[in-house]
Amino acid sequence: MADDLREQIRAFILENYLFTSDPDALGLDDSLLGRGIVDSTGMLEIIFFIEEQLGVKVKDEEMIPDNLDSVNKITNFVLSKRQAA
Amino acid sequence: MTVQTQGAFTARVLDIDADKVIDQICTRMREILARDLSRRGFVIAMSGGIDSSVCAALAVRAVGKDRVYGLMLPERDSSGFSTARGRLLAEHLGIKYEVFDIGPTLAAIGCYSWRDDAIRRVFPEYGEGWKNKIVISGGLEGRLNHFQLVVQAPNGEIKQQRLGLREYLQIVAATNFKQRIRKTVEYFHADRLNYAVIGTPNRLEYDQGFFVKNGDGSADIKPIAHLYKTQVYALARHMKLPEDICNATPTTDTYSLAQGQDEFYFALPYQKMDLALWAYNNGRSPAELASVIGISEEQAQHVFRDIKAKRRATKYLHLRPLLVEDVKELDY
Repeated sequence: MADDLREQIRAFILENYLFTSDPDALGLDDSLLGRGIVDSTGMLEIIFFIEEQLGVKVKDEEMIPDNLDSVNKITNFVLSKRQAA
Repeated sequence: MTVQTQGAFTARVLDIDADKVIDQICTRMREILARDLSRRGFVIAMSGGIDSSVCAALAVRAVGKDRVYGLMLPERDSSGFSTARGRLLAEHLGIKYEVFDIGPTLAAIGCYSWRDDAIRRVFPEYGEGWKNKIVISGGLEGRLNHFQLVVQAPNGEIKQQRLGLREYLQIVAATNFKQRIRKTVEYFHADRLNYAVIGTPNRLEYDQGFFVKNGDGSADIKPIAHLYKTQVYALARHMKLPEDICNATPTTDTYSLAQGQDEFYFALPYQKMDLALWAYNNGRSPAELASVIGISEEQAQHVFRDIKAKRRATKYLHLRPLLVEDVKELDY
């Protein structure tokens, strides 16, 4: 389940930000902000994706790089929110 | 970033020799106008704020009052103070000017209706007599920047909620009509008079991308883009501009609720933000910045990160249209 979620998130970022389906273009721990893949508006798009497509509400205080700055971080964040629900 | 340890870091680092700076800017304005732009004077939109006021005064010093044309371009959400201060300055400088209400144009193009539709998706009760603004959140606390929509009911009640992606983009897109319509009017007059258009960002705004592409970001010359806002205030006082202008608080004058620039975009008020940007540009540590402007070291680290993030996020605002291949015959 975690692997499916991870790949869903990676596919979303690859398709919408890098315009490719090549998984090698984005490492699971690559910093989305650090690599310049996502800017502040791009981060809003990721939050929209998490809330609308993955069904997890992101609170203001949860909008930190530790939760959202890589495929693995987003995956872990979504899983922890689902477990807490 | 190279860490420099020499030289004291105090608020005085932004002190300037005003006469020298004015002379340098005015000389370059004349050179650029004559050699690069081949125009006969300047058009400037005057918001009554410090930046456009100083630019107008510099333009007059550079080419004379008879070659500067001022525009005041209010709309429904403009503060009455903007036009009043614009007029005050135009009279003070002795330039020709006109006041043109862009409200009907904005209404016709859908600026207000697109914006209000998006606001009503967040606050369905929003309507006639309500006011609105957007405020930034996150940068100083180390969170990712995001925006809150604030509305005020006719009875004074304030409500606030985080903006979702679609509503945020639509409100900003609709509001950007204001800067873009203003620029259209500025270029009409520039074409009519064979003048060049002055853009009025200070260094903080220019560096951090606080402008609308093809709106207030569009211009033929930006005479104070290298000066921190604190330095722009210093020039205003040195040139003895009217007190009301020298003491004006920076606002966006774009939303119907009063909105400071630091609420909308910057992590700190401009005096502190200037010093933060200077410190970042000059390799000073977060600890030094924290000590000079009275914030915690952790907050200073967040501010540095925010400066870097905004540069990255707004890079595209600075870019010219990009070509797939160079057209080598054009070397400018």
